[in-house]
Amino acid sequence: MFNASLKQLSTQLAEKKISSVELTGEFLKRIKTQNPNYNAFITVNADMSLAQAEAADEMIAAGIASPLTGIPIAQKDIFCAKGWLTTCGSKMLSNFISPYDAGVIERFNQVGAINIGKTNMDEFAMGSSNETSFYGPVRNPWDVAAVPGGSSGGSACAVAARLAPGATGTDTGGSIRQPAALCGISGIKPTYGLVSRYGMIAFASSLDQGGPMAKSSEDLAMMLNVMVGHDQRDSTSLKRESEDYLRDIDQPLAGLRIGLPKEYFAKGMSPDVEKAVEAALEQYRKMGAKTVEVSLPNAPLSIPVYYVLAPAEASSNLSRFDGVRYGYRAKSYSDLDDMYRKTRAKGFGAEVKRRILIGTYVLSHGYYDAYYIQAQKIRRLIAQDFINAYQQCDIIMGPTAPTVAFDLGAKSSDPIQMYLSDIYTCAASLAGLPSMSIPVGFGDKNRPVGLHIIGNYFTEARMLNVAHQYQQETDWHFRAPAE
Amino acid sequence: MQWEMVIGIETHAQLSTQSKIFSSASTAYGATPNTQACEVDLALPGVLPVLNVGAVERAIKLGLAVEGKINSPSIFARKNYFYPDLPKGYQISQFELPIIAGGHLKIQVGETEKIIHLTRAHLEEDAGKSLHKDFHGMSGIDLNRAGTPLLEIVTEPDMRSSAEAVAYAKKLHSLVRWIGICDGNMQEGSFRCDANVSVRPKGSKTLGTRCEIKNLNSFRFLEKAIDYEAQRQIEIIEDGGTIQQETRLYDADKNETRTMRSKGDAHDYRYFPDPDLLPVEISDEWIEEVKANLPELPEARRDRYVAEFELSAYDAANLTSSRELADYFENTVKQLPAQAKLCVNWVMGEVSGRLNKEDMEITNSPINPAQLAALLTRISDNTISGKTAKDVFDSMWQGESDGNADAIIEAKGLKQISDSDEIEKLIDDVLAVNEQQVADYRSGKEKAFNSLVGQVMKATRGKANPAQVNAILKEKLS
Repeated sequence: MFNASLKQLSTQLAEKKISSVELTGEFLKRIKTQNPNYNAFITVNADMSLAQAEAADEMIAAGIASPLTGIPIAQKDIFCAKGWLTTCGSKMLSNFISPYDAGVIERFNQVGAINIGKTNMDEFAMGSSNETSFYGPVRNPWDVAAVPGGSSGGSACAVAARLAPGATGTDTGGSIRQPAALCGISGIKPTYGLVSRYGMIAFASSLDQGGPMAKSSEDLAMMLNVMVGHDQRDSTSLKRESEDYLRDIDQPLAGLRIGLPKEYFAKGMSPDVEKAVEAALEQYRKMGAKTVEVSLPNAPLSIPVYYVLAPAEASSNLSRFDGVRYGYRAKSYSDLDDMYRKTRAKGFGAEVKRRILIGTYVLSHGYYDAYYIQAQKIRRLIAQDFINAYQQCDIIMGPTAPTVAFDLGAKSSDPIQMYLSDIYTCAASLAGLPSMSIPVGFGDKNRPVGLHIIGNYFTEARMLNVAHQYQQETDWHFRAPAE
Repeated sequence: MQWEMVIGIETHAQLSTQSKIFSSASTAYGATPNTQACEVDLALPGVLPVLNVGAVERAIKLGLAVEGKINSPSIFARKNYFYPDLPKGYQISQFELPIIAGGHLKIQVGETEKIIHLTRAHLEEDAGKSLHKDFHGMSGIDLNRAGTPLLEIVTEPDMRSSAEAVAYAKKLHSLVRWIGICDGNMQEGSFRCDANVSVRPKGSKTLGTRCEIKNLNSFRFLEKAIDYEAQRQIEIIEDGGTIQQETRLYDADKNETRTMRSKGDAHDYRYFPDPDLLPVEISDEWIEEVKANLPELPEARRDRYVAEFELSAYDAANLTSSRELADYFENTVKQLPAQAKLCVNWVMGEVSGRLNKEDMEITNSPINPAQLAALLTRISDNTISGKTAKDVFDSMWQGESDGNADAIIEAKGLKQISDSDEIEKLIDDVLAVNEQQVADYRSGKEKAFNSLVGQVMKATRGKANPAQVNAILKEKLS
């Protein structure tokens, strides 16, 4: 049951071989016993989950079920869910019970999916190792000495450890893809604007995008079918005709042109990752795809550009956490300014404060033009690089992360090293392109390696097809860590 | 030395939308604190702004009315600062690309007409309100006002006296109400002015250091604050001092301005484009549509009144000082177009005077234009005299006979006697019993004539047409 795909679970529920209450109960039990090893969840609320499961069983009985009805989904704690503690991994929101549902939560609720719990994450999604969480680090199920990646580390861990059949994540510079790679699961960040940001606590508004994390590409497609859709409460949400992300999943790959950016196959990638990625590419060639070298000349600038723009937006987005209306407030203070100072000094962790400082700096009078404006210009150049590359190829591939999961604490004192974990993922975020990671084997210390797949705008269905075809020929995505 | 004031004005006009600029909460004034603040206004984690198209449309209206440039796209930017009544820690405003650039308004001071140029007008959201009373040792926050749509309208430093500044503010106030984008209620803060004031030696071309005066919520305070501030600056300079650029607050009780914050305390607002909102694109079709629905503007109407009703420029300007007044006049004159001057006199005289006296708006006048026109028709057809009409007007104002002039005239028997046979008969009667006065008049005593007229009027209880009485009497006595 815990290794089953969403499709299999869906069939079992439809055929009434198992009820949602039973299925939900089983996962809750598993979370109860296994989660202490991993710390993947911040909040589990069996009563609320089971109440949803009962309602889902009624939907199934009434014949109004859809594919995800009754299926437990772990929700990243960045999504506001009515009645649920919603912390965003921060002390600042450690007492915040959301009075409303995020657009994404609403969509899962509408189809009768079960919120199986809120997953751990880097504080305010700022981090690549899940070590910045106020609720403590998450462990990598493949090796508890290793980090799961971040910021959606709890979600990646929950899926990898089979604590949930699917989970939501959010990705600003790689926060779905990098933890998916490090935990050996699949994850996709859709084209910017496809998934509603309403109720998804903002880190960097122009980059943030929610997406699914699951074992297989097919599971991702099923979740994406629920998650994508216009939300009038989000001005950046796109109005498009709805599509079935499963529709092309069985298409053959013959003739597919895979672009390999030479900048991504240069030094920086560790040999074990390179080996697994090369093997995956070889598999694609076997399946009829061609690989061509392409160039993304400005991609190497994506980390510096990202670390100007994302903190700039974050410094402003996080201003609302001021102790006035909700959330944490310092216990004693002498006046208003002192209340602000102490609340924010104590309520935010070190990495969040670092980014607020960077962001405040780059937006300051006299620095704005040199940093923010300049970074916006390069952002456009990076997007243009991809447009040029797609003249020569249909899809771009490379490593998701430069190394396999590193040990807890290995990079936490060196932010620059930590930031470089996202060296391959940031460019697609800046361009707003859809991109995903799928497991393609194991590297050093038997830790998972992810293949990064970047598609052109709105080509999610094709990307999922490309990933799915690979997963028809390989079984990396079915491998589960030993308990 | 002769000094010259240089004044620029920034006005925050609250736009008359039902809901807020970025949320669906109501903008109605005076609700219980925090009952009109939804999750977006409270800046809960995860919420996002969605632009109210009605606010954009109202900005376009102003842009068209002042002949400014309507920018497409215009960009919303975040103005970052911390304050408890600013829930997000930033105000969504417009910075580099405002929705309206340029434009102008014509003002009239005495006999002189002057053009005041606008720099820009931009959309933004209002903040909430901090309540310092009633909370011992604490402050209360009311976020009902947070997110209320504002249009900030900024002039060039084109005004040279407090009278010009007031004329501009009144003109803008009238215009925003005229085009229906703002209710103009200054007590409720729907129309707020800040004045930038500097002084310079008369004839100088360079600008002096300016101070911005805030909190001017009436035209009178605007005038007094500017005069005070200019005098303060002149005295400092004449004493050998220099003006420090700063923001000052006007204290109406003491009639003085005082420092609110100096330039050194100025915030670095770290403006940057709001990534939650798309650039505002305004199509030519949209502008045309708004233009088509724009009411005839005050100046156009003023000119039309001069041409169509042959009114003086003065009367026409007065009538078009507010759209409601102009509409009232127009609905009256429509029914007796040949008597435009009579209509003006009554609208500006009796009607306005009575409304002023009772502190009422013309829209609440107990006498509507059709009723007034019915009364004026009876003056013009000699059914009643102007004097009697005033009595009828009083009765109508009190709501007698449902404000029907004819019914009142009939019921009170006020109809003027214009039948010359009847008047002649009355005069003969009067002459027969007043032989002495007739003799006096014939011997050259003009006064005796008036006495005779008075007796005739008395006999008719004032209902005889005085002109007719005069004419017939003169004829009889000649």
